[in-house]
Amino acid sequence: MELPADVKKRLTLPFEEHFYAGHTACQGCGASLGLRYVLKAYGGKAIFTIPACCSTIIAGPWPYTALNAPLFHTAFETTGAVISGIEAALKAKGYKVKGEDGIMVVGWAGDGGTADIGLQALSGFLERGHDALYIMYDNEAYMNTGIQRSSSTPYGAWTTNTPGGKRHFIEQRPKKKVIDIVIAHKPAYAATASIAYPEDFMRKLKKAQTIRGPSFIQLFAPCPTGWRSPTDKSIELARLAVQTAYFPLFEYENGKYKINMPSPNKEPKPLEEYLKLQGRFKYMTKEDMEILQEWVLKEWEELKKKAELFG
Amino acid sequence: MPKKVVSGNYAAAYAAKHARVEVVAAYPITPQTSIIEKIAEFIANGEVENLQYVPVESEHSAMAACIGASATGARAFTATSAQGLALMHEMLHWAAGARLPIVMVDVNRAMAPPWSVWDDQTDSLSQRDTGWLQFYAENNQEVYDGVLMAFKIAEHEKVNLPVMVVESAFILSHTYDVVDMPEQEEIDEFLPPRKPLYTLTDFENPFSVGALGTPADYYEFRYKIAKAMEEAKKVIKEVGKEYGERFGRDYSQMIELYKTDDAEIVFMGMGSLMGTVKEAVDMLRSEGYKVGAAKVRWFRPFPKEELYELAKNVEGIAVLDRNFSFGQEGILFNESKGVLYNTDAKPIMKNYIVGLGGRDLTVNDVKTIAKNMREIIQKGKLDREIEWYHLKR
Repeated sequence: MELPADVKKRLTLPFEEHFYAGHTACQGCGASLGLRYVLKAYGGKAIFTIPACCSTIIAGPWPYTALNAPLFHTAFETTGAVISGIEAALKAKGYKVKGEDGIMVVGWAGDGGTADIGLQALSGFLERGHDALYIMYDNEAYMNTGIQRSSSTPYGAWTTNTPGGKRHFIEQRPKKKVIDIVIAHKPAYAATASIAYPEDFMRKLKKAQTIRGPSFIQLFAPCPTGWRSPTDKSIELARLAVQTAYFPLFEYENGKYKINMPSPNKEPKPLEEYLKLQGRFKYMTKEDMEILQEWVLKEWEELKKKAELFG
Repeated sequence: MPKKVVSGNYAAAYAAKHARVEVVAAYPITPQTSIIEKIAEFIANGEVENLQYVPVESEHSAMAACIGASATGARAFTATSAQGLALMHEMLHWAAGARLPIVMVDVNRAMAPPWSVWDDQTDSLSQRDTGWLQFYAENNQEVYDGVLMAFKIAEHEKVNLPVMVVESAFILSHTYDVVDMPEQEEIDEFLPPRKPLYTLTDFENPFSVGALGTPADYYEFRYKIAKAMEEAKKVIKEVGKEYGERFGRDYSQMIELYKTDDAEIVFMGMGSLMGTVKEAVDMLRSEGYKVGAAKVRWFRPFPKEELYELAKNVEGIAVLDRNFSFGQEGILFNESKGVLYNTDAKPIMKNYIVGLGGRDLTVNDVKTIAKNMREIIQKGKLDREIEWYHLKR
């Protein structure tokens, strides 16, 4: 389909859709937007592996599929291993992997399947240096099984197994820094991205396409169902997460860190602006919020220091 | 035909090479390790082309990587043993459910604790319900032949299921023997390149594998696997016959019968212990015992029909199980009795639990068992149904 010339000029993302209408995501789902961008980036020439997660359902039950791409559904902890096997098979069979005209091998897994049960396979995939891309879409809990905490759940969050209440039994541990664990493997490329900044995400996806070796992107993807947030606030929340430095955008390549704008270039916005829009933080006391704010700023300073030292 | 003196493990590695496997993903575990070391050596020496070797970080990932590779259209191979096989268990279901003709060699080893590295069939038999075909090799030649046939059977259009070729720890894995290996060209004729049922490289017609199966469909997916298992029996016999015609060793029987024609007592079992049993049969025959041996080559699919044919002509069957299902009995015994229940074949059957954790089963042991079986048949009554043969009291 051809677009009118004036419309074309405004587009910064590919017009083609490879993520079909009729998928079964919840309203306001950040992950489904992310998946749509990945499919746009690779023009339907990517092989997807999806473990147990929301996207298992979003992609549709047999015999349907919402993805215009081959898709292999796999067990929870195996994304890193399955994409390793797919890449190995493509090479054995003489296919071109990566590059403009090559095949992209993409693992698309949630934070539980990456930070927790799938961490070992992710580590194996990274250290062996496979030519594939692993995307962790981070909605900060086990959403598909009914909102249980993962190690990527932030301090202070309500989940169904950190339910708050009289005993103040909310999440007590800080969010696991999966991206730091990934970078410790010295991968070819690692980056954070957000569904609120699709051009930045798209650029990172293109980068992963050209670079040799394993790539990893941690994509921030709000979940209104699990976050108890209005369904029309997902983009705003994703944007605020970046602006408050709760989830800054950066990339790592060849030992170098680079913070990507629009991460705050001066003072980050107060975290409260981000927290107050979400029901999952309703059990936090003022003190809890201060703890989390302090943690966010400390991490942000650390990242800035890394970018300064290894920029 | 070239002959090589090789261990059971090297026989497996050569067979994988001769099958022109394209992806090997494996994790080292004793006593499987020398299989994957040998394959790595083939690559290092430039003896194989287009073989990708993925040194994964666990057996679970070994099977997961093979699954990814096989779904992409490659001929995939791995090998494991005991705890490693148990760790893979989840993915064994995945391989069969996704209808992927992966071939794996399992080196039978006892499960811990206590730690043991010796022969015992409990590891592979614990995988009974995963949808994998299982072939038990008696000797190194059968390991080699088994792997080559396994690919042909697994990849058959009516099967499309993974196959496990099982050999004994140390008794075969590390013991050297003469193995006939056909010329590569002959093998290529027998085993042409894989024609996958589907591949993930089909971008013109993209589809998903393993998506959610609702109650409206899941049941039928299972039925198709059940049907493929039944079909596999015919395929096994055809392929076994063809193998015999091409290479001189016939595998058309799913149960290999040894001197059973006029036998009153038959020893039934699987794997390397059946070599000892055959030896004992020869000796017992010279002493006037009418005995024979029935070696169950294929445990899945289970050769019901062949077992029935055997059972209706014998008085007693001694089932030798190098395994045990706690709370019940030896697994082969359990399966065999079940098969015969609704038939008119009712030989006396006794279960001898033998050689767990690698304890030797000798020819003399088999002779003692024969005497015990003869007494039982003469009395027409079992002394006990299950006997832990080697038990120290």
